[in-house]
Amino acid sequence: MLHHTPDEISERHALKVNPAKTCQPIGAMYAALGVHGCLPHSHGSQGCCSYHRSHLTRHYKEPVMASTSSFTEGASVFGGGPNLRQSLKTIFQVYNPDIVAVHTTCLSETIGDDLPSIIKSAVEDKTVPEGKHVIHCNTPSYVGSHVTGYSNMAAGIVKCLCEKDETESKRINVIPGFTDPSDMRKIKGMLKEMKADFIMFPDTSGVLDTPQTAEYKMYPDGGAKISDIMRAGGSSLSLCLGKWSSEAAGVELEKKCSVPFRVLDLPIGVLATDRFVEAVSQELGLPVPKSIRDERGKLVDMLTDYQQYLYKKKVAIFGDPDTVIPMTEFLLSAGMMPKHIITGTPGKAFEKRIDSMMKEHGHDYEYNCSNSADLFYLHQLIKKEPVDLLIGNTYGKYIAAEENIPFVRFGFPILDRVGHSHFPKAGYMGGMHFISGVINTLLDKMDRETPEDMTMELVA
Amino acid sequence: MTLSILKERKDQVVERINGNETVSCSRESLAGAVSQRACVFCGSRVVLYPIADALHLIHGPIGCAAYTWDIRGALSSGPELHRLSFSTDLRERDIIFGGEKKLEAALDELITRHNPKAAFVYSTCIVGIIGDDLGAVCRKMTELKKIPVIPVQSEGFKGSKREGYFAACKAMFTLVGTGKPENISPVSVNILGDFNLAGEIWIIRDYLKKMGVEVVANITGDGRVDDIRRCHGAALNLVQCSGATLDLAKMMKEKFNIPFLRVSYLGIEDMAESLYIVADHFSHIDKDIEEKTRQLVKTELEQIMPEIKKIREELNGKKAAIYVGGAFKAFSLVKAFRRIGMSVVLVGSQTGTDEDYRELAKITDPGTVIVDDSNPRELSDFIVKKGVDVFVGGVKERPIAYKLGVAFCDHNHERKIALEGFTGMLNFAREIHNSVTSPVWKFHPARLSRVEEKSSEVCCG
Repeated sequence: MLHHTPDEISERHALKVNPAKTCQPIGAMYAALGVHGCLPHSHGSQGCCSYHRSHLTRHYKEPVMASTSSFTEGASVFGGGPNLRQSLKTIFQVYNPDIVAVHTTCLSETIGDDLPSIIKSAVEDKTVPEGKHVIHCNTPSYVGSHVTGYSNMAAGIVKCLCEKDETESKRINVIPGFTDPSDMRKIKGMLKEMKADFIMFPDTSGVLDTPQTAEYKMYPDGGAKISDIMRAGGSSLSLCLGKWSSEAAGVELEKKCSVPFRVLDLPIGVLATDRFVEAVSQELGLPVPKSIRDERGKLVDMLTDYQQYLYKKKVAIFGDPDTVIPMTEFLLSAGMMPKHIITGTPGKAFEKRIDSMMKEHGHDYEYNCSNSADLFYLHQLIKKEPVDLLIGNTYGKYIAAEENIPFVRFGFPILDRVGHSHFPKAGYMGGMHFISGVINTLLDKMDRETPEDMTMELVA
Repeated sequence: MTLSILKERKDQVVERINGNETVSCSRESLAGAVSQRACVFCGSRVVLYPIADALHLIHGPIGCAAYTWDIRGALSSGPELHRLSFSTDLRERDIIFGGEKKLEAALDELITRHNPKAAFVYSTCIVGIIGDDLGAVCRKMTELKKIPVIPVQSEGFKGSKREGYFAACKAMFTLVGTGKPENISPVSVNILGDFNLAGEIWIIRDYLKKMGVEVVANITGDGRVDDIRRCHGAALNLVQCSGATLDLAKMMKEKFNIPFLRVSYLGIEDMAESLYIVADHFSHIDKDIEEKTRQLVKTELEQIMPEIKKIREELNGKKAAIYVGGAFKAFSLVKAFRRIGMSVVLVGSQTGTDEDYRELAKITDPGTVIVDDSNPRELSDFIVKKGVDVFVGGVKERPIAYKLGVAFCDHNHERKIALEGFTGMLNFAREIHNSVTSPVWKFHPARLSRVEEKSSEVCCG
């Protein structure tokens, strides 16, 4: 289908072709799902809500619930205040969540609906029943990307829920970046293994990776508890795992509750996981348990066993900054050569970080790195300088097919494969899972293309 | 039966008793509901996008383009420009200063690079608010680039998908009549309202060809701009699907005096009936056409009936629920399920009209629940209480069905198996059969409890 892509790279300013990002509200919806008992609410046209739910459902293979203000022509002329008030009434009457997380859309943002005062009056006149919460954030679709929306909702959660508490405690807040429930579960698992006292939010594990129980739960058992989030204001440190998606929440926690924060990468790959484990160990004065050291050892064992298949292999990778950055580092650790590294999310800091990472690894080869890029551009880069492997979301499959490149799915969204909700890429074990996918995909292609009398050795 | 129905929605849900029931519909969704409905843009986008040699540019923030990128399996036998995603990716400064310049530049670049036969420019919510003059930009680019550049007035907030269908028809209608209708047989049709999911329109074209009917334009599955430009030369329009292209047929009737027939290619009865009415329409020109059609239906049925009968034996007495976008599809599905021995206990749609629901009340069995613009809470309640075995719906309904231990058939745009035509009916029967009889259900806690209930009944009895 991509035979329409010309070889020559064309200068483009006015448009995106085959985007590598989507808009803010879906990120806000996803972050809100990481709060237990929360119904995300989309303040805009009903199409937005429908699209976000469909997209998230396709990626997570789970029902995704969210309500909408169902804007009409009238609302977009006279303001959406009445729609939001009616929405809150309907929601608490019928769906009875513990908390509603309202985000805006380009429409309500541009007509200038004032969420805080609409919500305030709904609380005052008891449209919002006592003991229930309504939180909010602004997510103009024409700023940033879906990652920005996640970040804004994570910060909104802090703004609306966290309470200052000056009693001394040795506890960390962990604010994971926009990543799958499998990763969030893995991060929690490592913290538990270390016996850390922690509060993690948003947390979509147990919400978007639920077991078959024969019961349809509108609010699944998982998600960060409101009472825990409130207590996050009394922690001693916040670890923001991802500059793009989590730093804003850390900043907000510092501003509101004087909790200092550190920005780390999502623990993907050996080095980023090392840094995460060290940071937790350091802050809480906890030793790294043998189980975690063993996991690290197994990952390193796998990397060394298969280094000959990874070394100097050229890779193109695309996705969100907070996952692409540590993944690029992981590829470098494995001896691979990231050649084209792009994100659809805007922000020069992406290139800067990749550049400094390349320098740290002592690389002097030519590579392409862009923020705010799209897959049409990536395809042209690949046509010009072919690679041995492509890593990215579902939409990469068209490039992979057109250019016959082995392809490993990674990031958001993955609409056409299963497993990412359950098998993490985070932590040492997640690294093993991911890199075995890479190795097996490369070997599959070699096997396929090697004449039968020269098949791969059975033991590599 | 107590169900969680919103008070305000009471008259949008009825239980069929005597077939004279009416369902309140075409209402705006209640604010705050977890509605399964989409927007105007979505409606326009899905109708127009299968036109494969046109450029489809979405003027708005990136999301509208991202979520609709290649979401339907609308196949093309040639160019695939429709499967790319083009967006002006409006940013904050465009919202403040206007996006017209950007739109112009985007069109200029894309038309130069891809040489499309026409360009459709979709308006989104935000464009309606910031007031970009889409019409003016399109007129200017039409002149400059010498191809039709057509604005689609599909601002999301102006209604639901239905209004989007109308905007799409208006956009297409600007093309109709601009080509030369030469060398077209008097026995000729346009196929409206089929999107060539999984190659379905090719099945229908093949039947028509065997009947000696020429197809002038596919609207819009595997569609081509030049075909649409000359489609006013066809003698008849065949319109499938409730709302999507009916307006276009009406416009063509008014302006070009082309009659239209409403057809459905789903299920044996409706597929055969559709071919017979076409034959009947042309029987005064082609004396043999009715016989050819009878032969065609006979041959096709001989191929599929033995297996369908077998499937029917195994599915007899099972219950189905249907929730689809347009009600028209539901009519055919009710009949198709009956054909494989199953009864439909719940049927609903996002955008059905009063007329649609009257028809549904007429053709369904007593006790069937009929709903308009439903939501997950209602649907899951009905599924459990009615003891549904298989649910037919779209992407948002699938995980709900699975969580409840109910089989599922994707009858929406994501389907990869052709369900139209006689072969399609066999595929449908197979898919339902596979989903219902799959051994995985025996692990499902909901099924286990059903089995336990049954065995305890036996003990007590």
